Amino acid sequence: MLEIRNLTLKRGSKTILHKISFAVKAGEIYGILGPNGAGKSSLAYTIMGRGGYKPNEGKIIFKGKEINNLPIWRRAEMGITLAWQESARFEGITVKEYISLGMKEKNQKEVEESLRKVFLDPDEYLKRKVDKSLSGGERKRIELAAIFAMKPRLAVLDEPDSGIDILALDRIMEFVREIRARGATVILITHRADAAKIVERAALIGEGHLVKEGDSREVVKYFETKCLRCPRFK
Amino acid sequence: MKKDYQAMLEAYRKSGGKPDVFKYPKSAHLIISQNKILGRQPIEGIFLDAKETDNGADVRLRVKKGVRVAYPAYLCFGVLPKKGRQEIKFNALVEKGAEITIFARCVFPNAVNIQHIMEAEIVLEDGASFRYDEIHYHGLTGGIEVAPRTKVKIGKGARLIADFSLLKGRVGKLNIDYQAEADDNGILEIAAKAHGYGEDEIRIKESGKLFGEGARGLIKSRVAVREKASSEVVSELEASAPGAQGHIDCVEIVQGEAKAKAVPLISVLNGRARITHEAAVGKINRKKMETLMARGLKEEEASEIIIKGMLR
Repeated sequence: MLEIRNLTLKRGSKTILHKISFAVKAGEIYGILGPNGAGKSSLAYTIMGRGGYKPNEGKIIFKGKEINNLPIWRRAEMGITLAWQESARFEGITVKEYISLGMKEKNQKEVEESLRKVFLDPDEYLKRKVDKSLSGGERKRIELAAIFAMKPRLAVLDEPDSGIDILALDRIMEFVREIRARGATVILITHRADAAKIVERAALIGEGHLVKEGDSREVVKYFETKCLRCPRFK
Repeated sequence: MKKDYQAMLEAYRKSGGKPDVFKYPKSAHLIISQNKILGRQPIEGIFLDAKETDNGADVRLRVKKGVRVAYPAYLCFGVLPKKGRQEIKFNALVEKGAEITIFARCVFPNAVNIQHIMEAEIVLEDGASFRYDEIHYHGLTGGIEVAPRTKVKIGKGARLIADFSLLKGRVGKLNIDYQAEADDNGILEIAAKAHGYGEDEIRIKESGKLFGEGARGLIKSRVAVREKASSEVVSELEASAPGAQGHIDCVEIVQGEAKAKAVPLISVLNGRARITHEAAVGKINRKKMETLMARGLKEEEASEIIIKGMLR
């Protein structure tokens, strides 16, 4: 589904990602693990095509096609989308409108279903605005609901577990499984080892380098036992 | 006269209004085209009338003490020909404990060389409540100058909500000067929204004086300018009594070669008063744009949605 091949990303004089390579199979839940500042979000932005995150070297290949030069919206049309770690506020736009934006066919029932999937009551939330009247947690859930409603081919979820208490974590993980059940491949970015437990395979990023990749149990074990300070690479 | 009346209703409809409101028997209304009164309907408990002048009309409104007008009143002012001038003087007195909502639309569908000047003086006695929503609809040529000047006195415990929108058609030249002052526990909420393009010029000055104890004020503006349009928003709040508090909130989005300026002016003259402000002027936040683009929207579609949401 997605292949990252020798990806190097520089911003200013700093190299953020150093020759990263890994592949994500269709239909799997793939983890990107690493401590804060490792480059995980930068990798997500590079996959999505955010401004300022064009690879300096290497390739991003999605369903057999190189997408390095495609703009964000074109990648989204192909089926890639991103759930932000901190979602933006949109003054004047209702939750219903926001969730509907990415849907090919607008359908209120599906919007309502997507809200229920993130444990938000449609009756209470559909008409609310996606602005500062919503808490950060509520906006995060609405962001995930929008991803669900979009039915993407590849969903990149940037720390959907951040700011979420331990009781809600299981619900978020269940939600990730449900997105996959609808046909999406999921890249789950997290710095929490417990959140990584639903992941099948994973890549561990440390200071912009690929430290370990493969079976998630081994990667998570490595992360938990050795990656308090990931090794420096020259 | 009948032809003009129908034409005003049609312009009212194009502005987004429902002309049927002028048939409601329980709602007061007034329709003035240039300097001709084309329709009027008073109702029990309020005095709403106008006198034609050379260039417009003198309008008087009085809501009697304690009367809570159940249904909104509807005003429609405008100029139908391409050229013309309309001067409206509006005097309103909302007596003690009275309450009224007015939905006003000012329509200039064919404006090529039009001036619309409005001088308003509004007094809200103690405990009164006055809501005034004004929507403008201008033609597509930008040949219009609009200059509303309003002064409002808000009595003890009285409330003013004033909302101005100019989102359809070209702005032309807009020069708003809105001044309000609030007594003890008085509340003022003033909002203005405008979307300029071409060579439109938007000048908004909204000022509030919270001189009464516990008075509160909110001044809000939302402006989007593109192409070669320009905007300047001056938002001024002064709090000079204990417990007086207010907030200024200004957002201006700039695209193309447009220019925007925001000037929040804050005076706190009492140690127990407080005013806060927030202002954001510039291009659309990149993260917002990219969030919507990550849903499949192109850049122009994303910016349109964000601006529309902001101007709602």
